Amino acid sequence: MTTPLLSLQGLTKAYPGVVANDNVSFDIGEGEVHALLGENGAGKSTLVKMIYGLVKPDSGTMLLRGQPYAPPEPRAARADGIAMVFQHFSLFDALNVAENIALGMENPPPMGDLASRIREVSETYGLPLDPYRTVGDLSAGERQRVEIIRCLLQDPKLLIMDEPTSVLTPQEVEILFETLQKLRAEGTSILYISHKLEEIRTLCDHATILRLGKNVGECTPRETSARDMAELMVGTALQTPQRAGRDFGEVALDISGLSVPSPTEFGTALKNVHLTVRKGEVLGIGGVAGNGQDELLGVLSGEIQTAADAVKMAGQPVGRLGPTARRRLGLLTAPEERLGHAAAPDMSLTENALLTGSVREGLESNGFLKWNDTRSFAERIIKAFDVRTPGPENAARSLSGGNLQKFVIGREVLQNPEVLVVNQPTWGVDAAAAAAIRQAILDLASKGAAVVCISQDLDELMEISDSFAALNEGRLSAPRPTTGLTVEEIGLMMGGAHGMEVAHV
Amino acid sequence: MIVLEKRPQPSRAWSMSTPLVAVLATMFFGGLLFAALGKNPVEAIETIFWEPLFGEFAFYYRPQLLVKGAPLVLIAIGLSLGFRAGIWNIGAEGQYIMGAICGAGAGLAFYPVEGWFIFPIMVIAGALGGWAWAMIPALLKVRFGTNEILVSLMLVYVAEQLLASVSLGLLKNPEGFGFPGSRNLQSYASAHNAELFEGTGMHWGVVGALIAVIFAYVLLNRHMLGFHIRLTGEAPRAAKFAGVNPARLILFCLGLSGALAGLAGLFEVSGPSGVVSIDFNVGYGFTAIIVAFLGRLHPVGILLAGGLMALTYIGGEIAQSQLGLPAAAIQVFQGMLLFFLLALDLLTNYRIRAARKEVA
Repeated sequence: MTTPLLSLQGLTKAYPGVVANDNVSFDIGEGEVHALLGENGAGKSTLVKMIYGLVKPDSGTMLLRGQPYAPPEPRAARADGIAMVFQHFSLFDALNVAENIALGMENPPPMGDLASRIREVSETYGLPLDPYRTVGDLSAGERQRVEIIRCLLQDPKLLIMDEPTSVLTPQEVEILFETLQKLRAEGTSILYISHKLEEIRTLCDHATILRLGKNVGECTPRETSARDMAELMVGTALQTPQRAGRDFGEVALDISGLSVPSPTEFGTALKNVHLTVRKGEVLGIGGVAGNGQDELLGVLSGEIQTAADAVKMAGQPVGRLGPTARRRLGLLTAPEERLGHAAAPDMSLTENALLTGSVREGLESNGFLKWNDTRSFAERIIKAFDVRTPGPENAARSLSGGNLQKFVIGREVLQNPEVLVVNQPTWGVDAAAAAAIRQAILDLASKGAAVVCISQDLDELMEISDSFAALNEGRLSAPRPTTGLTVEEIGLMMGGAHGMEVAHV
Repeated sequence: MIVLEKRPQPSRAWSMSTPLVAVLATMFFGGLLFAALGKNPVEAIETIFWEPLFGEFAFYYRPQLLVKGAPLVLIAIGLSLGFRAGIWNIGAEGQYIMGAICGAGAGLAFYPVEGWFIFPIMVIAGALGGWAWAMIPALLKVRFGTNEILVSLMLVYVAEQLLASVSLGLLKNPEGFGFPGSRNLQSYASAHNAELFEGTGMHWGVVGALIAVIFAYVLLNRHMLGFHIRLTGEAPRAAKFAGVNPARLILFCLGLSGALAGLAGLFEVSGPSGVVSIDFNVGYGFTAIIVAFLGRLHPVGILLAGGLMALTYIGGEIAQSQLGLPAAAIQVFQGMLLFFLLALDLLTNYRIRAARKEVA
């Protein structure tokens, strides 16, 4: 048997109150694409941070080609040939590609040399990229290419990729996979972190599954069904949301000819958006992040105001109304960013319940607050949505991301909206909670509410929505019924491959 | 190595005790400072904190505490509402001056008519004067996005020039033998903000300060507007999402803090000072910023902090005259108080932990 490239033996890392990794061992072979599977909070990130030298294990050892390996910092890990592409890009919008790459290098070569090396590497691996383009103008897929090329310039032996496809269209995913397969053919090992099972089945040779910090099983993805892997990940049998056959009522929400500039500099302007949602209908809006999702939510919540009749609720123009007036009419929204947008981090859950609930739940009279009613509203949310917290007096920031998400969605759902708009409703939420949130959205729709669900999780949209549209550079494709849509069609609606080409293998 | 670790919840214990710890730390390091100046530190600290309250001449100093504390509390309450929402009115000193000029001017316009209605009119004029002065940075910020810190601060110096101008011109006492300064309102009964109880230092400004404390407490804890103020300060984006109109909030917070500062000026000019003169303002508007933070922007805290600040003022003066401490040393001492308070404030949200070196 050959020596594995990297061998992890009994890695343990505990944080106050939680054991992130508990005695995790596995091997990554040379030229292998190894998947690391697990739900949010399973300890995947901590594990790769240890490999990359960002975090030191409490106990356990690592062997790199049989030699003890304990990087004190990422620089040492990079020197040993380990590179990592993070889920969240660390790029400066105002600088160009080459400048961004130079910033991450120890001894950057002169800009001209660097630019030609970037061109060379990008062409070899089918990731065309102009070194002189400003990063602020690049799509998410292109930004990811910057990060990948930054790693490839180091000629790594092991490339760690943290949820690389979460920001890509299906076509872009395909191109990425060809690049990764080319790398594998050249002998580079890849540690691929994801919770998207179909992807892992197509790409990976081997998979390690983490649950609650422990290694709960290994498998060969090609030979294991997605459902089996999911159940290993979750630990219980999965419950698929149920929906009853529904009849749609009259039009509840109507956007026509809407164009607004983005309030932020590197945001996306909405261009001539049309959509209608009927009572009882769930409209799913897909698209790669940063293509106008935040702006669309802002237009609906009332944070961005438009011409009065660009946005209509049941025929009534609401485009000029602010958030409070819209809530009174029954248009409720849940933004993507939980801390700081949907909720105030340092305020208690009770205060956060008041944040959007004051009008519809009658939590104020003549401007004076009814704290008792507010507290019981918060308690109702906590109970109905199984929010794990000692009580409503706790600060929002003390909740885990998934729990806060349940609170934020629950807060809107319990107010019986006429129209509910959610952005990334299950982002960062574990599978069981995600299923509960989706079920709540479907239940709401079956009671006659119109729902707009903006999400980057295509599986989620296919599961809950009746019709599907995609945002691409601020334009919304014409909505189509979900049944019968193929992945290729969805990909084209999302803007295809953004001008990427397939690797010249 | 020492690291700061964010607490999952703000610590209540630290939040309550930081002011006390800050005062103790100030006493300790202030004592070192006084020792370095060759004074007996224990005696100096005792003079500052003990003498005004329980010393031989406390009967004289205690009313002074109310006289000095009331304008500080009144101004600081107004400022704290804005500070909570992230709206920084640094120009309370100017609004204080404008309140005094407008209030005194309204009263003197009636001179020598006597009537019960004159003082209420002065109160309204004083509040309006401060309000109008604060509306300048407010409107400029709402309309043109100017920085309210700079505009409000610069308007202090404009107000000082106006004060000099009216002291020498418009409001100059015609019977003042050519000396600058207005008629003395203390000798104009209808316009005099006299002590409500003889020898207590209790005048209408003290009443106003107490009402402002209660008003601010109710506003912040029981009213939607107060909730929106806190929300805007903590998470501006969430506030916008909740439906807060930022422009209206700016106008409200700056306007109210200006009006309260104007009231403080009016109560001062019609009472303890009596005269609109070139050197009328003594820095209450700036010290109130310290008071607001020392009181952790909480109405009750501000009430206590105003008292403490007044104490260090009066105690500082006693220390100057009795021990010969330089005025600058007293100012350093007051500065230390703010420094320690802000530094220790960190412990409410963070804990200090000794840690192995780890890159994270």
